[in-house]
Amino acid sequence: MTLMPRPLPHADPDARPQFTLAGEAVHEFYAGTGIRSMAMTGGVLALMHLAKRGPKLWVRHAALDREHGAPYAAGLAEFGVDPAQVILVRTPDVTGALQAGLEGARCHGLGAVMIELWGEAKAYDLTASRRLVLAAKASGIGVFITRMAATPHASAAETRWLIHPAPSRALAARAPGHPLFDLTLLRTRHGREGLRYLVEWDRDVRDLVIHSVVTIADSLIDDRTGIDGTAPLSRAVAALPVNRPGMPGIEPAAQRHS
Amino acid sequence: MNRPRSGTADEPPFVLTQKERGALRIAALDPLARRCKLALDMALAEARALVPNLMTAAMDHAADADYLLAAAAVCEKFTPLVTLRGREGLILDITGCAHLFDGEEALLIQARRNLNRLGLATRAALANTPDAAWAFARFSSTERLPPATEERAARALPVAALEQERHITLALTRAGLRTLGDLADRPSSLLAARFGAGLVDILQRILGRDDIRITPLRPPPEIMADKHFATPITAMEGLLAELARLAGDVMSLLERRGAGGRGFEVIFFRADGAVRRLTIETAQAMRDGARLMRLIALKITTLADPLDPGFGFDALRLAVTWGETLDERQHHLSGGQVADEEKRGLADLVDRLVARFGRDHVQRFVARATHDPGEAGGVVPYLSPASSASWPPLEPGHPPLRPLTLFERPQLIEALAEVPDSPPRRFRWRRQLHEVALAEGPERIAPEWWHSHIAGGDHPPAVRDYYRVEDATGQRFWIFREGLYEDSTTHPRWFLHGLFA
Repeated sequence: MTLMPRPLPHADPDARPQFTLAGEAVHEFYAGTGIRSMAMTGGVLALMHLAKRGPKLWVRHAALDREHGAPYAAGLAEFGVDPAQVILVRTPDVTGALQAGLEGARCHGLGAVMIELWGEAKAYDLTASRRLVLAAKASGIGVFITRMAATPHASAAETRWLIHPAPSRALAARAPGHPLFDLTLLRTRHGREGLRYLVEWDRDVRDLVIHSVVTIADSLIDDRTGIDGTAPLSRAVAALPVNRPGMPGIEPAAQRHS
Repeated sequence: MNRPRSGTADEPPFVLTQKERGALRIAALDPLARRCKLALDMALAEARALVPNLMTAAMDHAADADYLLAAAAVCEKFTPLVTLRGREGLILDITGCAHLFDGEEALLIQARRNLNRLGLATRAALANTPDAAWAFARFSSTERLPPATEERAARALPVAALEQERHITLALTRAGLRTLGDLADRPSSLLAARFGAGLVDILQRILGRDDIRITPLRPPPEIMADKHFATPITAMEGLLAELARLAGDVMSLLERRGAGGRGFEVIFFRADGAVRRLTIETAQAMRDGARLMRLIALKITTLADPLDPGFGFDALRLAVTWGETLDERQHHLSGGQVADEEKRGLADLVDRLVARFGRDHVQRFVARATHDPGEAGGVVPYLSPASSASWPPLEPGHPPLRPLTLFERPQLIEALAEVPDSPPRRFRWRRQLHEVALAEGPERIAPEWWHSHIAGGDHPPAVRDYYRVEDATGQRFWIFREGLYEDSTTHPRWFLHGLFA
C-alpha cells in the first residue's frame, strides 16, 4: 500500500502535484539543526495518519522532552489524532529507542511506528536502519524516523525528507491557520528527488492536502537547509521522473479517490 | 539481634547506645558485654567505668528495620505469610508448609540456618498460635513441644512474657503471681478489671485458647509454585529451565481455574540470603508459559543491576499476583480471528516493551476533566487501570487549538514591542528572535481557585491569557501572559508553554 496526500480539489487535474510514500518502508525526516525542528513531530504524525489503520507506536528519545516539551494529550486530540490509539514509549537513549522501534516494526497489530531521535545518534547506522527496513517489509507497516539536531548519513531508508513548518494561510482576524508543512524530498530509492511540497494538514478529514510542488536543483538543497542532505542512501539511485507508470510507490492520484 | 562479629578472642565487648532520659544508654549488647555485667538501659558512663575497653556505636533503628525486612524476605522462602514483630522479631505462619521441608523441626532448623547466614543470632520456637511461639522464643528454652504439652509449658512462662508495661509486670509479681499459670487460674474478669482487657487477651492467646492469625507483610499471591534445590544452582540456564517448569505448573493451575495472569512475580532466593524479585505485568490475561518465560528472559537481560548467581540460588518462586478470568479462546470466522490476532500481537508488543523499558516508560494518553492546561491531558503507564475521560468534540474548520508538546514548566520569554491586550510583536526565546506574523487570542484560563486554596498558597496563581502565535517562518507557539496590564504593581511576564505542529 502507499500513502498519498490528497491534491487540492480545485487544482488543475493535469498539473496535480502528488507524491506517494511506500507503506511498508522506512522514511527518514530531517529538520537540520535549530529550532525549526519542532514541527517535525506534527508533520510526521500527519503522514503516519495516511498509513495503515491501527494503533501508532510513538517512540521518543527522552532528551526531546527537554528541548520541545512533552507530548500533550489534549494537543494530540486537537491535532486530529485519537490519543487512545497511540502507545508512547520514552527511552533514555538512542539504542533503546531503536530497539523499541524495531519491536514495533515487527508487530502486525500496529498501524505505523514513529521513532524520534535527538542529536547525532551514532547507534542509528546502516545496520540499524537495515534492520528496520527488513522488519517493516515483513510486517507491512511504515516506520517514520525523525532526526532532530542531526546531519544525515548513509542509511537503508526508502526516502529521506527535509521537513519544516511553513507559514499557514491566515484565518479571519489574522489567526494562524491549519498547520502547513514544507517537505523536500532529499533522497529516494524510487522516483525523483529534489521535489519540494507544501502540504496542509486538515484535521477534520484527517488528510494532508498538497498546496504546491516546486522542483529545486540539487545544488540548492544544501544552501537552503544548511545541512548535508545528500549523504548517500546505501546504494546509488537514479533520479527518475515522478509519474513514470509502473514504478513501485508511484501511482496516479485518481486511483485513491475513485 | 546481634551484629556479626569477626570472632577473634581479644575483641572488646560491644554495645549499641542511644540517648534516653538525658543520657547515652545501652540499647543493645553482645554476649561478651552481658558477661561483663553490663545491662540494657545502663548509662554509657557507668558501663565505661565497668569495662574501659568497651566498643560502642550509635543505635540505628532505620538500618535495623531494613535488616529485619531483608531477613523477612529470606523467610518468605518457607511461607508467603511472614510478618514483623516489634523491632527484632519475625513471625512465620507455616500452616500447610511444613511438609515441604520434611516436617516442622526440619523447617525450623533450615530457617535458623538461613538467618544465621545473614549474621543473625536467633532464638526460635514453634507453637500453635503466633503469640505462644513469640513467648516461647523469648522466655523459654524450648523450641518445639508436643502439642498436648504446650499449654502446660505456657503456664510455666513468667509474667514478663505478657510484655506488659513495667509497672504492670511489677504489680503482678508483687501480688505473688509469677507465672502465666498463676494468672490463668484467676477469674479473667478480675484481671481485666485490675490490669485491662489487653492483658487477658494476650494471656488467652499465649495459652492457645484464642488464635489470631498474623497479617502478612505482603498479601499472599493467588497462585504460586516453589522449587527448592538441595544444592544451590549457579548456572542461569539451569535456573531458567527450572523456572520454565514452574511456569508450566502455574499455567496449568490457572487453566484449571479458567483464569489467566496479568501480574507475575519471580523471587530468586540466593543461598547467602539475598532475595531478588522480578515483576512482570501483561496487557492481557494470559497463561502461556513460553511467553511468560520470554518476558522474564527479556526482563533479566535489561536489569540495571544484573542477577548475580554468586554462591547460587537455593530456591525459586513463581507467583501470580494479579489474576483475571480468561475463557477458552473462541475461534471466530475469518474476520474476527484476524482482529483477534492483531489484538494479541499488540498486547504482546506492549508486554515486551514493558519488560524491556519498565512499566512507567510505556504510556498511553488520557483525558482529564479540568481546564488547567497542564492537567488536561496526561500520560499514564499503559498498563495502569486509569480510565480516560472523553475528549471534547473538535470544532470543524478550526486548526488545532492546543499545542502538540507542552513544557512541564512554562519557559520565560522576552517580549519586545508589547501592545496591551494582544501578543507582543516580537519575542525572544532561547536567544532567537521571532517576529509574530499571525496571532489569535486571548484565551483566558483562570487557575482553579478551589485547588490553589487547598494547596495553601499565599495568593492564588495569576490569570493567564493564552495566545496562539505564528512567526514569520511558520513556527507556531502557545504563549501566555501572566498578570494583567491594569495591575500596575507587577509588570506582566510572558511565557512560552507549548509548541504547535
